Amino acid sequence: MTFKNSLKTAVKGLRANKSRSALTILGIVIGITSIILIMSLGKGAQELILNQVRGLGSATIIIEPGREAQGPSDFGSLFTDSLKDREVEALSKLSNAPGIEDLTPMVVLSTTVAFENEVDSFMILGASPLVAEIVDVYPEFGQFFTDEQVQQLSAVAVIGSEVKEKLFGPSEALNQNIKIKNKVFKVIGISPKKGQVGMLDVDNSIIVPYTTALKYLSGMNYYHQILVKAKSEQIVPQTVEDIKATLRELHNITDPKKDDFQVATQEDIAKRVGTVTSVLTIFLAAIAAISLVVGGIGIMNIMLVSVTERTREIGLRKALGATTKNILTQFLMESIILTLLGGLVGIILGISDSFIASLILTKALGSNWQFTISIQAILLGLGVSAFVGVVFGLYPAQQASKKSPIEALRYE
Amino acid sequence: MSLISVNNLEKTYNEGETETKALCGVSFNVPEGEFVAVMGPSGSGKSTLLHILGFLDRQTKGSYLFDGKELSEYTDNEVAKVRNEKMGFIFQSFNLLARTSVLENVKLPLLYSTTPQSKWNGLAKKAIEQVGLSHRVNHLTSQLSGGEKQRVAIARALINEPKIIFADEPTGNLDSKSGSDVMEIIEKLNNQGHTIILITHETYTAQYAQRIITLRDGKIETDENVKNRRKGKDDFLK
Repeated sequence: MTFKNSLKTAVKGLRANKSRSALTILGIVIGITSIILIMSLGKGAQELILNQVRGLGSATIIIEPGREAQGPSDFGSLFTDSLKDREVEALSKLSNAPGIEDLTPMVVLSTTVAFENEVDSFMILGASPLVAEIVDVYPEFGQFFTDEQVQQLSAVAVIGSEVKEKLFGPSEALNQNIKIKNKVFKVIGISPKKGQVGMLDVDNSIIVPYTTALKYLSGMNYYHQILVKAKSEQIVPQTVEDIKATLRELHNITDPKKDDFQVATQEDIAKRVGTVTSVLTIFLAAIAAISLVVGGIGIMNIMLVSVTERTREIGLRKALGATTKNILTQFLMESIILTLLGGLVGIILGISDSFIASLILTKALGSNWQFTISIQAILLGLGVSAFVGVVFGLYPAQQASKKSPIEALRYE
Repeated sequence: MSLISVNNLEKTYNEGETETKALCGVSFNVPEGEFVAVMGPSGSGKSTLLHILGFLDRQTKGSYLFDGKELSEYTDNEVAKVRNEKMGFIFQSFNLLARTSVLENVKLPLLYSTTPQSKWNGLAKKAIEQVGLSHRVNHLTSQLSGGEKQRVAIARALINEPKIIFADEPTGNLDSKSGSDVMEIIEKLNNQGHTIILITHETYTAQYAQRIITLRDGKIETDENVKNRRKGKDDFLK
């Protein structure tokens, strides 16, 4: 019996019960649809976050205090005050880290901000003008503060577009005075809408000189971060080593495991984000795969009913010369066709759902959510559904092929 | 040489603790081309005998040589091949595929044969012509009368030009007119050289055969040639 004829026979068998066949594959359709959808959304989320991380620029290096946690009981934030003016000065010396073009200490805090009667809580970033270059946000109205203003501890602020919207509404914000933690700041610039840049929500932030932030807002003597701009992308690895060496020397550290600071490049962060989102996607897809098992059991169930119903047909086919293998092939093929059909419908639905989701997410997030479908997801969908067909179709097919022809012909 | 040679054939069914002997020592030969009717009341073992003769079941004891080879020496795949190529079956309840055309039904045995597919339609149409249903080729089997259904089953049985045709109560579900049509076709097939084994409990139908074997309680009671063999539609309608 040729493959083509086995296929034809199986298709005829399924056609005889069209609506039942359609209902049977529903479980598989839902399973494959959700897997494709989840994989597409996971990929989209990853792309989105990675784009934000890349927004920092490939020559950016981030220095943070503390060290990476070495275990569950290890507090990574053990040395949160390890970055102070002394460190900034040392890094600024060209002889220590010649690859550094510029750097800015960062003071990050969240506090209440008031304008007249409007009060709201925002993220305050204390930085030097370099931050505008790194984050690539220049005021749409007014201007950014200067290095002189930083040295003079000027009480000036550049506000994000959402901050402007929430505090001032449609009225003029430029040159108005706002109260940040009871200290009066003058608004000298308003940033355009930008969205997330490397974990920073620029639109909801107020940027002030770091000196002012340190003295009047955080009240501490250490920085939360130092952002470094390297002279070029190529020099980044060398510069990272130079920074580490400088800080270790300053802190008398000989064992790199005892570092009280962390140095990360834009690439490191992108890698970390990539791992997290991939793990999440796989986890969710695995949950969706459970529905495939349920769908497979549904197929097995219906195939068993079908085998019982068609006992006489099986007996007749055997009497007419069908071998055990012929019967096995026929019923196994029916299961595989069912699941493959389910997989195909699921793939089409999954792709269209992902497309619709990407449109909705683009609208909702205000950022460009990319619609991505990987060939792997499609191949995985087809492969898994065929596999489910074989696994759950084998038992009913074996039951069918084992029937003795006389028992089967006698069956009423 | 005989096409069928049965010697001391026994068949025992084990159902739980009780053993049922369906056949206890049956022996006979059927030469090629003969038309044999097997008669007997229900429970006499005639169906069991037919199943073993038709390679649908295997004996418990004794020997059954088909075409010179002992049944127990055939593998499962060879058994399927013999059923496909050398045997044709006609059942009391027709056993046609529902929602399927006459042509497709008749072609069914070819699906499991080595006959090239290009010849399938030609062979099927020829077989359908032989049973006089050429005008019904593309009808669904559900649109046919009982007699027509049985003729489709006969066409299906003879499509692979089998040496032997087994007919299990072929007229049992038919009215006498259709029954005589069917018997006439079976007789014609015998005249063309096919060996026929007919199972029936009607003496009337059995008399189309050259020889009648009567079974009772799993043993052969009589085995004799028919003196006044029925021919054609002769007297069937009375």
